[in-house]
Amino acid sequence: MRFFPMPFHSIMLFVVWLLLNNSLSAGQMVLAAFFAITIPWLVKDMRDEHPKIRRPWLAIRYVLMVMKDIVVANVEVALLIIGPIKKLQPGFVAVPINMSSELGITVLASTVSLTPGTVSAEVSKDKNWLYIHALHLGDEGALIKEIKSRYEAPIKEIFGC
Amino acid sequence: MPLYLEIIVCVLLLIGGIFLLVGSYGLARLPDIYMRLHSPTKASTLGITGVLIASMILHSYLQEFISIKELLITLFLLITAPVAANMIAKTAIHHEIKAKEKTRGKELINSMRNRDAPPE
Amino acid sequence: MLIWTITLVAVCICIALILNLWRLIQGPSVSDRILALDTMYINTIALILLYGMYTGSALYFEAALLIAMLGFVSTAALSKYLLRGDIIE
Repeated sequence: MRFFPMPFHSIMLFVVWLLLNNSLSAGQMVLAAFFAITIPWLVKDMRDEHPKIRRPWLAIRYVLMVMKDIVVANVEVALLIIGPIKKLQPGFVAVPINMSSELGITVLASTVSLTPGTVSAEVSKDKNWLYIHALHLGDEGALIKEIKSRYEAPIKEIFGC
Repeated sequence: MPLYLEIIVCVLLLIGGIFLLVGSYGLARLPDIYMRLHSPTKASTLGITGVLIASMILHSYLQEFISIKELLITLFLLITAPVAANMIAKTAIHHEIKAKEKTRGKELINSMRNRDAPPE
Repeated sequence: MLIWTITLVAVCICIALILNLWRLIQGPSVSDRILALDTMYINTIALILLYGMYTGSALYFEAALLIAMLGFVSTAALSKYLLRGDIIE
């Protein structure tokens, strides 16, 4: 642990360096390993404390689910955009959230922006409300329920907060 | 180049191009800023993903080496698109830009601006 | 077939860029203009990648990556400036 104060970031630096150079030669591997060890060591005093990922498998499943949702939701949104504008019923919704960690709220807000026909607009100061704008708002209660059960519950489980 | 690879690349490129066009069309067509935010963040992100995957497959074939560095741009855009959309939405709310007349929950803009809880 | 598809998609993206430009000029608010600029960055990345595929060279990837990064940073800086009247707090 002394050599790798931030193990996840070290792995990411290593992989990204190899991807950028697009090679697997020994020289680039050594250079990538050098960066993966020194950069986290230099910046370890600057990091904020974030909750750790408690359930890695659930996290991977969540990412795959979000990928699928992105494709499905994007086709829906594209059809809405091409279709008649007069039928669209936009609306703002306040979604109650109960998460303590800022990382969890950020992940939830980003997921909400990318997936259904919604964009997250603002978080209240007390971090209890997430304001979203929906392109076509059918049933407000159903939308809130879907966001809470489909996205918020797994994020809370992943970060354990 | 084998035919099946060419067909895969062409289909991905066409999907990407159509989604990019739809995203920009929505940007030009939709009536207010909050609705316009939807089309670039969603349709354009998916469109660029299609083009990037097509480019990845083609370059992997041309260089005879798996070239997945385009994935970096895809991931970068997938992470930054919602953040950019959120910041633009914040500026729109801060400047009190009016939403379209029939938007539901318009009274929430005020509490959003002050970052308060919604009025009961 | 590939060359024809690339040309067709490039035409699509050029139309998309013109629509973005229209929104950039039309406004009506500053937020709309930032959004149009952000979309133009994305379309430009696609156009550069298409040119890279057309010539069969992987050199254009770096340009696309740079545009992606600078695009996000400039969008964030412009939004922050509008939000607070200051970029670095």
